[in-house]
Amino acid sequence: MSNYKYLILRRISQITLLVLYFGGNAYGWKMLTGTISSSSVLGAMPLSDPFAVLQMLAAGAALSFDVILGAIIIALFYGIIGGRAFCSWVCPVNMVTDAANWLRRKLYIDKIERKIWVTRNLRYYMIVIALIVSFLTGMAAFEVISPITILNRGVIFGFGAGAGLLVAIFFFDLFVLKNGWCGHICPLGGVHSIIGKYNLFRVKHNSDNCTLCMKCKDVCPEVQVLNMIGKRSESVLMQECTNCGRCVDVCDDDALGFNIRNYIKK
Amino acid sequence: MKKEGKKVQISERRRFFTNIAQSTGLGIMGGLLWAGYAEKAKSSPLTLRPPAALEEKDFLRTCIKCGLCAEACVNRPSNIDKESGKPRPGTLKMAKAQDDVAIGTPFFVPVEVPCYMCDDIPCVPVCPTGALDESSVTNKEGELDFKMMDMGIAVVDPNSCIAFWGIQCDACYRACPLLDEAIKLEYGRNERTGKHAFLIPVIEMNICTGCGLCEKACVTEKPAIFIQPREIALGKPGSHYVKGWDQKDQERVAERVGTDVTTHGKRSEKEAADYLNEGVDFE
Repeated sequence: MSNYKYLILRRISQITLLVLYFGGNAYGWKMLTGTISSSSVLGAMPLSDPFAVLQMLAAGAALSFDVILGAIIIALFYGIIGGRAFCSWVCPVNMVTDAANWLRRKLYIDKIERKIWVTRNLRYYMIVIALIVSFLTGMAAFEVISPITILNRGVIFGFGAGAGLLVAIFFFDLFVLKNGWCGHICPLGGVHSIIGKYNLFRVKHNSDNCTLCMKCKDVCPEVQVLNMIGKRSESVLMQECTNCGRCVDVCDDDALGFNIRNYIKK
Repeated sequence: MKKEGKKVQISERRRFFTNIAQSTGLGIMGGLLWAGYAEKAKSSPLTLRPPAALEEKDFLRTCIKCGLCAEACVNRPSNIDKESGKPRPGTLKMAKAQDDVAIGTPFFVPVEVPCYMCDDIPCVPVCPTGALDESSVTNKEGELDFKMMDMGIAVVDPNSCIAFWGIQCDACYRACPLLDEAIKLEYGRNERTGKHAFLIPVIEMNICTGCGLCEKACVTEKPAIFIQPREIALGKPGSHYVKGWDQKDQERVAERVGTDVTTHGKRSEKEAADYLNEGVDFE
């Protein structure tokens, strides 16, 4: 069971947030109201998606104090503590793409498919394009197509035709490109990669314990960040690591674990 | 020697520029598709927004699609059904992909659930971005004033409104939360029967907030009174038409002092008296 510790904790985190959001609308709970774009904790503390706020700025909106404060709170939280944890601990689409990825492993699609190569930096280009399109159209461009908010709103207010996009992403990740959405395309993941670049919590590898079984690389959604496995004992420092802890879960040799990044000793 | 020359040397510089060109090409193609979709995904001009919403263009820029307004609307104390203890459907809905409204933005359809014009306007102060502008519904005393809401305006179709046929119906008049202010009844004599009256609903455009309670109350199969955004429903006479009988409107003329409103042309170079008297010998 210890093989699923972080996976279970993540699912609890993701589902708890959805339940709180749902209750905020359906039963008037005050704990967490709004949606993942912008929320209010206990009706007092604002939280806002920094990328949405950035797009609003590009679209020419006059930003209010509340959304700026909300975006700063989120950016500080992930910047100092969480890293890119939004993607694996909060984002509901992670459950969709993880399901696709799980099925992909069960069906051995990795071993059979004709590989398509797409740069994982695509997400950073997507950020730039999203901001330009926001500027040109006068509305936050990614928010119009974002499967993240579509899924989140769907749970809270009921699903519409936008749910088709989630099905599309599931099949895209399953049959077309491994970790296609979360690992290549999603600009929000890119923004959170940048925000979390210098955070404290990191996975640390101890190569002395490593038996080179490569289970960690099998499950990692951003496999390039595990470039030190079996070679060097060091922390996973690439910004794309989502701190999902799946590698820690599957490692039977105690070669991976969460650690606080050491900025003092170099 | 020439055979060796055929082997093209790919320099780092060429590789760099080709990569740039490839990314740019992809970016422009993706960006155009994206922008085209975003442009199409904007709302139908007939969309009715929550109270105190900014003008549509600014609203689309500013709304972060958080849904706090819709949640405040459905969970307001007055919306809780006393018998079941559960909230009734709220007025504000969050647009889905099929709604012909920019996805995730709040709107309402009066014929389904109209706006009940709560006196504490719960949907507005919760807006974190100011897309619902609290100051536009705050009166001089600094209190929220539901009379200042402006979501649209009621329009009557005189052909299908049965009051225009001479049938006595004042459903919209009675449903109006600003009773006898936003909708007034105009009395007229029914010449056809010679002994009945017409009671015709007339909308006061400066008072109607567009809440839609009249549309919901209308008895005809498809409502003969309905809410439209003001930009759609209203015309504009232009500032040079002045109501001479309206003192307030008259003041606009006074404001124009100093601006020359006379037409200047060939015939107006001289005073009328001058050219009429030209060549006349008064001796």
